[in-house]
Amino acid sequence: MTKAEIRQLALDILSGIAPETDPSAIAGHEDIREALDIDSMDFLNFVIALHQRTEIEIPEADYPKLFTLDGVVAYLSQ
Amino acid sequence: MSDFLMPSLGADMERGKLVEWLVKPGSEVKKGDVIAIVETHKGAFEVDIFEEGVISELCAGEGQEVPVGGVLARLMPSNSVPAIVPPPGPMAPTAVVKAPEVALAAPPSPGAPSASAKSPTVAQKVSSISPASRARAKVTPAAGRRAAELEIDPYTLKGTGIYGSVTIADVERASASQVSREASARPTRPGRGFDPLQMRQAIAAAMSRSKREIPHYYLTTTIDMGPSLSWLETFNTERPPDQRLLPATLFLKATALALREVPQFNGFWENGRFRPGSGIHIGWAVSLRGGGLIAPAVHDVDTMTLSELMSALRDLVARARGGGLRSSEMTNPSFTVTSLGERGADSVIGVIYPPQVATLGFGRIAVRPWVIDDKVTARPIVVSSLAADHRASDGHAGGLFLAAVDRLLQEPVKL
Repeated sequence: MTKAEIRQLALDILSGIAPETDPSAIAGHEDIREALDIDSMDFLNFVIALHQRTEIEIPEADYPKLFTLDGVVAYLSQ
Repeated sequence: MSDFLMPSLGADMERGKLVEWLVKPGSEVKKGDVIAIVETHKGAFEVDIFEEGVISELCAGEGQEVPVGGVLARLMPSNSVPAIVPPPGPMAPTAVVKAPEVALAAPPSPGAPSASAKSPTVAQKVSSISPASRARAKVTPAAGRRAAELEIDPYTLKGTGIYGSVTIADVERASASQVSREASARPTRPGRGFDPLQMRQAIAAAMSRSKREIPHYYLTTTIDMGPSLSWLETFNTERPPDQRLLPATLFLKATALALREVPQFNGFWENGRFRPGSGIHIGWAVSLRGGGLIAPAVHDVDTMTLSELMSALRDLVARARGGGLRSSEMTNPSFTVTSLGERGADSVIGVIYPPQVATLGFGRIAVRPWVIDDKVTARPIVVSSLAADHRASDGHAGGLFLAAVDRLLQEPVKL
């Protein structure tokens, strides 16, 4: 997956979780939990979907690395 | 022969609109089957049935408004020869029966399992619903509203959102392609998302009644979450994301076991006296995107494992936000829990949802100074707050209940 594909994947998942928002308007360094007002259940669903679509292991301890779009792209393109 | 009545989906509901029948005269039904879609000011709900038998008559037509307790359908035992009556037109008269404000959709049959019996897992419950009704359960409220504006039936669309839910984007795409195919003479159905203004009024009515009628008293206890969180960390490390637990599951299970110990908080205040709940069915407060709040029940929480509870919560929250809550989840919660989550405030002093007699709130888990063996140390702590009805209980019992919740959270392995 390219960085652009990972970013698009993250945006697709987020627009399913927060359907009335426009995740593509979030800046790369912004905390997506605050920008989209998503709670811990939503965030867990985000992680589950990322894991299922990329098959990359995401331990709970690494959750903070996924709080921004830039972080998600960096983490999943490693 | 028994009557299947319009259920009361909360203290603030007076009537509901029968949107769609999913059965017809002659259909065999069993406990847990979804037989109709009913719309209230809180959105659309799947009405499930608590009896086995054969539908002999549909007494309400699609599109008809029926008061709570009004007869929707008649049911016969499955071994008798059904005398099938054709469904009525939209203007058919409906019997008006005064029902208690909170009642099961239909009384359980004598052979039904007792409330303490293990409830089916969510997967089993979901698999008992027809694929058609499962597919229709997934429309986000925002998509539902947009679809209503565009006069599109969102339940016919293929969803691309999480869990396959139909999103605004799906509705917009369908609208664009529908315009190009203008031949579609199909009559449109009303949108099934909730109306934020009506939802606001429903909450206003229920909460005003609560503050007017219920003499609340409040108690709080600060709980060390260290043991629970370290146990959770170990549990989650070994598992893929979809099997991990959130602290909310521990809160819910500890609450259920504490309610077993102090049952006077689990039930209803009706006609000047306390009626105990028939099982530990805990309403879980879910905030809805775009405003509003709904607290559908997780049934028999005390009998579930933490993993079962986590699946049930994920499923419940997804359906609360995306559509597809069932009437049985709205009719009988006997207690309510609110958890503010990781970005919430430190504590929440709740308002009791009538006719329940208590509600428990959990604030955000935060690292704070804590004293252990005369030494100050940093620990993750949470403030738990009980709001209870002074007509039904006194502060002493409330203190015992909170102490039980605290004690149970210190030994997460036993939850």
